[in-house]
Amino acid sequence: MRSKTFAAIAVALLASPAAAAESTIDKGDTAWILASSALVLFMTPGLALFYGGMTRQKNILSTLMHSIFMIGIISVQWAVIGYTLAFGSDIGSFVGGMDYFMLNGVGLGPSPIADNLPDLLFMMFQGMFAIITPALITGAFAERMRFVPFAVFSVLWATFVYDPICHWVWGGGWIGDLGALDFAGGTVVHISSGTAALAAAIVLGRRLGWPNEPMPPHNLPLTVLGAGILWFGWFGFNAGSALAADGLAASAFVTTHMAAAAATVTWGIAEHLQRGKASMLGAASGAVAGLVAITPAAGFVTVNGALVIGGIAGVLCYLAVSWKFKLGYDDSLDVVGVHGVGGSWGAIATGIFATTAVNPGGADGLLAGNPGLVWTQFISVVATMAYSFIVTLVLLKLVDATMGLRADQEDEIQGLDLSQHGERAYTS
Amino acid sequence: MKKVEAIIKPFKLDEVKEALSGLGVQGLTVSEIKGFGRQKGHTELYRGAEYVVDFLPKVKLEVIVTDEKLAEVVSAIENSAKTGRIGDGKIFVLPIEDVIRIRTGERGGDAI
Repeated sequence: MRSKTFAAIAVALLASPAAAAESTIDKGDTAWILASSALVLFMTPGLALFYGGMTRQKNILSTLMHSIFMIGIISVQWAVIGYTLAFGSDIGSFVGGMDYFMLNGVGLGPSPIADNLPDLLFMMFQGMFAIITPALITGAFAERMRFVPFAVFSVLWATFVYDPICHWVWGGGWIGDLGALDFAGGTVVHISSGTAALAAAIVLGRRLGWPNEPMPPHNLPLTVLGAGILWFGWFGFNAGSALAADGLAASAFVTTHMAAAAATVTWGIAEHLQRGKASMLGAASGAVAGLVAITPAAGFVTVNGALVIGGIAGVLCYLAVSWKFKLGYDDSLDVVGVHGVGGSWGAIATGIFATTAVNPGGADGLLAGNPGLVWTQFISVVATMAYSFIVTLVLLKLVDATMGLRADQEDEIQGLDLSQHGERAYTS
Repeated sequence: MKKVEAIIKPFKLDEVKEALSGLGVQGLTVSEIKGFGRQKGHTELYRGAEYVVDFLPKVKLEVIVTDEKLAEVVSAIENSAKTGRIGDGKIFVLPIEDVIRIRTGERGGDAI
């Protein structure tokens, strides 16, 4: 729970540094966050499979590469500058200072932000979130973006969009100060990436042939395996965001699971009612939509609240993935419909369902008699969307002007696996 | 001599093969093909994207028979490939001028 921040800083200030190093680090908490960090990392290869199965077979390796290479480049970026931009000492409520440049001073002692954890562990746990967020965007430009511009854009995006927004919400910036709640990354991760995805789909343009030429998923079993890994890893993402092995972590664990389950059911029901059949891709998408929606709310709502949040997310995201056909933007793998819409719903729903009965460190929402929280949440959603959309647009135009974003026509027709990476997934 | 070409539902291939083996048919050529007839295709839906699949997978088998065997081979295929539902396929009968077994040089009915 990030709102522990100020209490933790107060405690750290009161205790002498040596005594703090001895006493505040909790072994149980440390063990759980070590495990959670590994769980969150595992989501990114899970996302690779989730996305890779939905592409055509000539583009699966390039799609897997978007996620796997992201682990490499963003880990390095996080160590060098990302962590300090997000969690360094506050500059104007907007971004962190350079105190932790190259992880300077981030060591084995208690974290100034969560004094029950080693500082290095808090840094690494947060780093796993920084990795998966730009990887989520890649679904919007799959099957048509050149590789090197992709890598350059991703590092720029992490630096100029993710790190500042992370600071706003969790690093002592203005959204956190405003009192908006985001337990595990509804605004920081899903709204920021979902909105960036819309900008990317617009700037990159449609894939050749879309929407007239059929582009069905080439391997749905991979997508289902990926969804399963995401669901599994999400327990680290949400329950780990309690930053402790305690009752709140257990509560977030259960709300996460129940929201995913409810959304799996409701997406299937919606499909069955409208089309007469519930599909496997629909069920897998529903699970992810539920996980996205519960992310900001996981540590602030009851299990019943989670069931409603997930249930509505399943239907809402099911409807939202059809928007691209009406509006004409080619968001290849529905990042906008699932993460943008699911994340926004989750952030607003946090304002509706949050209760201090679950988490005294949180806030009461609409149903607990505080309609003001919905407004606060709304501001955090709109600000995140506006900032992410505009800065993403500028970064993409910049990379396009200097390197060119889009694979040329022949390369796109041949497939990015061969044209960008010189290999094929299925060689026999 | 005649060539019997049958386009059948893929899951019926084993039954048809058994029926023909029972008649002493010694050789058979099978291809996996796609096409459409009165059955037409089907619709696939992926997250709201609708694709009409016009060509359905079928199996084509080709067998060469003597004129005397033709009737029983055709009726064996007909009976074993039949489900009674649309899309069961078709049988074509074509004349064959000659058959040569490459290994021995036998010709005509002996080469079948």
